[in-house]
Amino acid sequence: MKVIDTANHIAALAAKMAKPAVIAAYPITPQTTVVEKLAQYVENGELNARYVRVESEHSAMAACIGAAATGVRTFTATSSHGLLLMHEMIHWAALARLPIVMVNVNRAIGPGWNIWSDSNDSMGQRDTGWIQIYASSNQEVYDSIIQAYKIAENEEVMLPAMVCYDGFILSHTSMPVEVPEQSKVDEFLPEFKSLWKLDVDKPITHGNIILPDDYMDVRYSMNEAMKRAKKIIAEVGEEYGKKFGRSYGLIEEYMTEDADYVIVATAAIAAEAKEAVKRLRERGKKAGLARLRVFRPMPYELLKYDKMIVIDRAISVGLGGVLYNELRWLGDVYGFIAGLGGKDVSYADIMRIYELAEKGKEGWYGIEVK
Amino acid sequence: MLKEIVFHGRGGQGAVTAANILASAALKDGHKDVQAFPFFGAERRGAPVRAFARISDEEINLRSQIKEPDIVVVLDTGLMDVIDVDSGIKKDGLIIINTNMPPSHFNFRCKVATVDATSIAIEENLMVSGIPVVNTPMVGALAKFLGISIEAVKEAIKERWHGEAGEKNARGAEIAYNMVRT
Repeated sequence: MKVIDTANHIAALAAKMAKPAVIAAYPITPQTTVVEKLAQYVENGELNARYVRVESEHSAMAACIGAAATGVRTFTATSSHGLLLMHEMIHWAALARLPIVMVNVNRAIGPGWNIWSDSNDSMGQRDTGWIQIYASSNQEVYDSIIQAYKIAENEEVMLPAMVCYDGFILSHTSMPVEVPEQSKVDEFLPEFKSLWKLDVDKPITHGNIILPDDYMDVRYSMNEAMKRAKKIIAEVGEEYGKKFGRSYGLIEEYMTEDADYVIVATAAIAAEAKEAVKRLRERGKKAGLARLRVFRPMPYELLKYDKMIVIDRAISVGLGGVLYNELRWLGDVYGFIAGLGGKDVSYADIMRIYELAEKGKEGWYGIEVK
Repeated sequence: MLKEIVFHGRGGQGAVTAANILASAALKDGHKDVQAFPFFGAERRGAPVRAFARISDEEINLRSQIKEPDIVVVLDTGLMDVIDVDSGIKKDGLIIINTNMPPSHFNFRCKVATVDATSIAIEENLMVSGIPVVNTPMVGALAKFLGISIEAVKEAIKERWHGEAGEKNARGAEIAYNMVRT
């Protein structure tokens, strides 16, 4: 069935169709309509889940942790300051190896108070052990949430997953989305069977003190799981394609084979960059695009290009663009900061960035380089 | 062929809904991809509001704001005192204005079409909280210039509002479709 709706409503629909047993909800702009829609689904009986209205985002993640530890599927959604308030629990969820799925609607961090798109909120969580997927369209939001559960719950992975998309640019934009039948989703994503769970009849200790000799093993096993997640994400994306006709990888390449420079970006900027590449090609420039769909685990081994132009919507203050600094060791890489706080990034801007990189320039687009 | 549309309205007039109905109608009419989105600022009843729509026969990869629209729709002429509604409009573009004045009354560097959507809304009782909601008539008028069938618009409206509300809004759209003049 084809529907037209906003990414937030589509995210709620995908979450509903994944059949979580527990949803923790605390509203924040621009995420609010995700949890509003889920409240409707629970209230009208379309979704049989426990909807927990918590008093903060820290509690939202705590509720998901508690519920997931009993071996059930969970969901929550947040943005910006909400995600930051969760930070302690974000780490906890990953270290406890709980396959929670969360939507983060990317929004800038204040002050100055700003509700528009910026990746600093979720990219600031990069070291927590969560898988991070960045969607570029409402269709991909739907598809990624369904896949996120299958990836996170895989026994070789068992890590939480975050599906991120731009505030307003996607969250409040209506686009057509192909929604599969519930029975097909059920086949792809059967009921979650946890390897272990908190069970009062079979008590186990969980989250107890761990001595220095063992703590490194915990971290090591987590890192190994994240490395294995690369393979699982690719397999799940391919299986999804066989079932639903839309395949996904860790990156999406567009005209990269003969490209002089490959643009690397995520989310909405990466979609816009496709238009820029088309137009650059019309002008005889050999431009290419590698849309980074998965930021954690970082699929750096797939980015085998001689020259890259990395466009960041996130800044590590005192270092530079987040993506740029993660990728600069891979070769000849030009970094541009653009679009912070929702500043519009059009294909014309990206074409200009390409031309600046050709001249060996890089930096803050629109401020340092124009 | 990509068409980009900007709606200027006031909070409560339904500009955002208009963009959504247009997108839905365009998809029903066989266009391959559509988008409808608002500009979010400090929106509140009566304040200027902008909404945007894109219609294309190819996949739309654009995620940026619309700066050079093909068509601008003005739901409230009062806005023209404070906003340059023709800002960035293409040379062969069109401005559709909700007014009882003829197009010749307005002086823009592009074509103008007018339709008295407020009167249509009052006659068809398209009122919310005492305010005539002109969005569905304006979508009807707009459809004419985009080559979108009025049937698709009516269908999109009736999907959004069931029963009498859907019927009267669809009627309002059809009247505007027939009344709009250039």
